[in-house]
Amino acid sequence: MATRVLVPSGVLGLGFDADALARGVDMAPDIICIDGGSTDSGPFSLGAGVSKYSRAATRAEWRVLMQARARAGVPLVIGTAGTSGTDSTVDWMYDITTELAAELGQSLRIARIYSSQPQDRIAAALRAGAITPLTPAPECDPEGLANIVALAGAEHIQAALEGGADIVIAGRTTDTATIAALPLMRGEAAGACWHGAKIAECGALCSTHPTSGVIMVDFDRDGFTVEALHPDARCTPHSVSAHMLYENSDPFRLYEPGGYLDVTAARYAALDDRRVRVEGSEWVPGPYTVKLEGARIAGFQTTIMAILRNAHYVANAQAWVDRLNGFLAPEIERRMGLTPDAYSLDFRLIGVNGALGPIENRKGDPVEVGVLGIITAATQAEASEIGKLINPFVLHYPLTDDEELPTFAFPYSPATTDRGALYEFALNHVMALDDPMSAFRLQFDEVTA
Amino acid sequence: MTRNPTLGQIVTKVRSKNAGPFWVTIDIFCGTEDAFTRVTEGLATDRVARLFAVEPQLLKRFDIADLRVVKFSLPRPVIQGAAADRDMHGAQYAALLEELALD
Repeated sequence: MATRVLVPSGVLGLGFDADALARGVDMAPDIICIDGGSTDSGPFSLGAGVSKYSRAATRAEWRVLMQARARAGVPLVIGTAGTSGTDSTVDWMYDITTELAAELGQSLRIARIYSSQPQDRIAAALRAGAITPLTPAPECDPEGLANIVALAGAEHIQAALEGGADIVIAGRTTDTATIAALPLMRGEAAGACWHGAKIAECGALCSTHPTSGVIMVDFDRDGFTVEALHPDARCTPHSVSAHMLYENSDPFRLYEPGGYLDVTAARYAALDDRRVRVEGSEWVPGPYTVKLEGARIAGFQTTIMAILRNAHYVANAQAWVDRLNGFLAPEIERRMGLTPDAYSLDFRLIGVNGALGPIENRKGDPVEVGVLGIITAATQAEASEIGKLINPFVLHYPLTDDEELPTFAFPYSPATTDRGALYEFALNHVMALDDPMSAFRLQFDEVTA
Repeated sequence: MTRNPTLGQIVTKVRSKNAGPFWVTIDIFCGTEDAFTRVTEGLATDRVARLFAVEPQLLKRFDIADLRVVKFSLPRPVIQGAAADRDMHGAQYAALLEELALD
């Protein structure tokens, strides 16, 4: 007996085709699984413990999925809820769910899986030698981290499903674990479970029509079959096998809690012009480790932006910034008592090397150059004060002393913008666990209509 | 003397993206068998390492004949989201490779 998993899209908040989803529900899936985030968009969501997706978009899509779940009569699972999967974003997702349950008149058993890690647990594991750095890794120093999460695996989702959950709201989870959990539980081929989950975790990205979202995967004892459900989307052996490349540093091996997936021997065959059959993927069991992610505050930022349009300044933008920097450092020290090691002031030339910086190797002849000044200091007040101090010079500073003061284009007033805390990723480690559940908390709640 | 073509002129697509916050991975979709051969023969690993200013021994390379893909993975020059990061998703690194002339 196969296990059928419906994946509405690569992430909640990105949208999916409603007709394709309805078609998927008609095909009687055993479970509906969707991802709620990752580290893709940077350390902010993890550090601050807030979702990067809008509540309105999340709520609107989750409403459709909750209705699909009720119609299909199967569990609905979201992994890495609220972008980063911290305890606070799990609770944010739970609030949205209970609000919608009341609105839709649904009675539900809801499981929450908490993945956040207290600093002292990580410190104790470090002392016990249970934490191993990956390459490259910053030094593991749990003290002062704003948030730490561990990536849950299939076992944690399975525990929630075994507890009878209608909806599972999981904190940080591997991209694949939500999809692999049920087929693994029902004894389908382990290599196929993890491989099929990796193929489907970005929704229709493994098809010829990436934005259409909806994917169905059938797992069985020998392999898996993947199909895109939008009428214009096709899964081909090339589109499916090429997906192992995506956001993956090694396209043949994928590490998960408790082992790794090896797809070296996987064979991809077209069943027809829409469906692909995959067999031969191998699961290699290993020690039970979970990956850790952590973020810390690395300062506070204020930005300022000016646009140079005068051809002479455009041609000499780098020289202008160098001269400006040389002028500002002693000014900041004289007026604020801050030496350059106490803050950073980074001017980026948009139109010259804004995206690549020192490794840019092309020179062009831009019409205009955007000068983006990014100030990072120990406190927001300090960053903001530096911003105000440099504001008139960013507006008027000349290339030479013997010319009339230039005035550049500021796009808005005030010219400075306070960005709040700058977070940085501070862990690239795995933690060994004797019991997979020991670092995670599972909670069940009943809501009645 | 005619200049050798750039990678972008002979392949279907070059894309780059983070593979977690500490790595970036670059996929060269060659399209044809000829282009795949041209790329595997005309793109030395140490040139790619120089292009991204990383130690050659840290660069992983996969020549995948079945997919006609050459893939490189490298530790990000700057950790994603650090103060000095300029490209949160690492998707612009591909441009450097796309513009590189083959040997």
